[in-house]
Amino acid sequence: MLVKEIISVEEAVSKINKGDSVMVGGFIGCGTPDSLLGGLKEVGTDDLTLICNDSGILDPENPTGLPALIVNKQFSKMLVSHIGTNPETGRQMNAGETDVQLIPQGTLVERIRSAGIGLGGFLTPTGLGTEVEEGKQVIDIDGIKYLLELPLRANVALIKAKVADKSGNLLYSKTARNFNPVMAMSADLVIVEAEELVEIGDIDPEHVVTPSIFVDYIVMSK
Amino acid sequence: MEYVSNKTNIAKRIARFFESGSVVNLGIGLPTQVANYIPEGVTVVLQSENGFLGLGPAPEKGKEDKDLTNAGGQPVTILPGGMCFDSATSFGIIRGGHVDYTVLGVLEVDQKGNLANYKIPGKMVPGMGGAIDLVVGAKVVIAATLHFEKNGGTKLKRECSLPLTAREQVNYVVTDVGFFEIKDNKYILKEVFAPYTTDFVVEKTDADIEIADDCQQVEI
Repeated sequence: MLVKEIISVEEAVSKINKGDSVMVGGFIGCGTPDSLLGGLKEVGTDDLTLICNDSGILDPENPTGLPALIVNKQFSKMLVSHIGTNPETGRQMNAGETDVQLIPQGTLVERIRSAGIGLGGFLTPTGLGTEVEEGKQVIDIDGIKYLLELPLRANVALIKAKVADKSGNLLYSKTARNFNPVMAMSADLVIVEAEELVEIGDIDPEHVVTPSIFVDYIVMSK
Repeated sequence: MEYVSNKTNIAKRIARFFESGSVVNLGIGLPTQVANYIPEGVTVVLQSENGFLGLGPAPEKGKEDKDLTNAGGQPVTILPGGMCFDSATSFGIIRGGHVDYTVLGVLEVDQKGNLANYKIPGKMVPGMGGAIDLVVGAKVVIAATLHFEKNGGTKLKRECSLPLTAREQVNYVVTDVGFFEIKDNKYILKEVFAPYTTDFVVEKTDADIEIADDCQQVEI
């Protein structure tokens, strides 16, 4: 198998451009690529669109990880399902400083998956008869109503794995898996932050969760 | 009769809904407490929408695993035989009807089965997270709430005024005064919890309540 380039955090974040849409794996800080996010904060790239399950847990005294980028106002737009653990996101939304769009969690992940697997969208009952329905096409299939939800792709996905082999096959750890394998399929540039690096062939083919062909670069967690 | 709020009774009563083998998702807050009261001999499988089945109790202090949390981000454990999956699979399990019961907290619930629990416009907008998928996908939706609001009104409404999480999906409401089924645009009172009486519930709740033929006062 082709060996993937292992690059530094600095090199990785230099590939993210102002105005890019960026998917970030993780679920309330669990399984989030914090070394990459730390690097992205250092370089200060802004006008980004965040696509993530949530906006992290804000420690107001010492913001780190994703909340640090939010405090730093590096996102002009956020597509997330939950912002309750980061009051700064709600403040920016209410003040009109940041365009925050709330999306049902199952719909968010399936929109990302649709983009990665070549579907033009999908039909879901989630959100019918609520504000989520506004502006969306309702389609009747055999007497049951569904909302048409469209695929969601990004310029970049920053994902977190427990183990990578040198070709980019990935293993995750427990609930740190969450959105990561789905985002790995759905961005033009996929950078994985891995805790451990092993040789090609060390991961049992039956156990690989993310196939190496989805991964462009590997960065080691700091 | 004086009302004294009692979250424990809500959790205890809901825990009696399940059979062995039920797949159950418990929301954050009060619903999480339900797990503490599942009757002996009943083995349920707890689902956590961040991506696993076989949710276990909180870990001992010092034994937390940064890679193992519940959907509220708190450290938890996984039982032997439990398994992890990605979020797309997790919501496939939820929307696909493979979750038997979901228990959720409430800002407002109404007698049509509408639920509002994600937003107070202009005040609090935490987002709908996965609750909105759970209420649509789970076979049985149980709303768990204190009966009364701090201002003396009831959480059980004729019609929700807040933005809805889902329309006509709630099957049961369990409060600290009773257990209600939602049917035909009414609350059917199935059990009233001692020391409260059916008269108390009807008098104090500004909604259409019908008392089931077999309604009993029960000790929780």
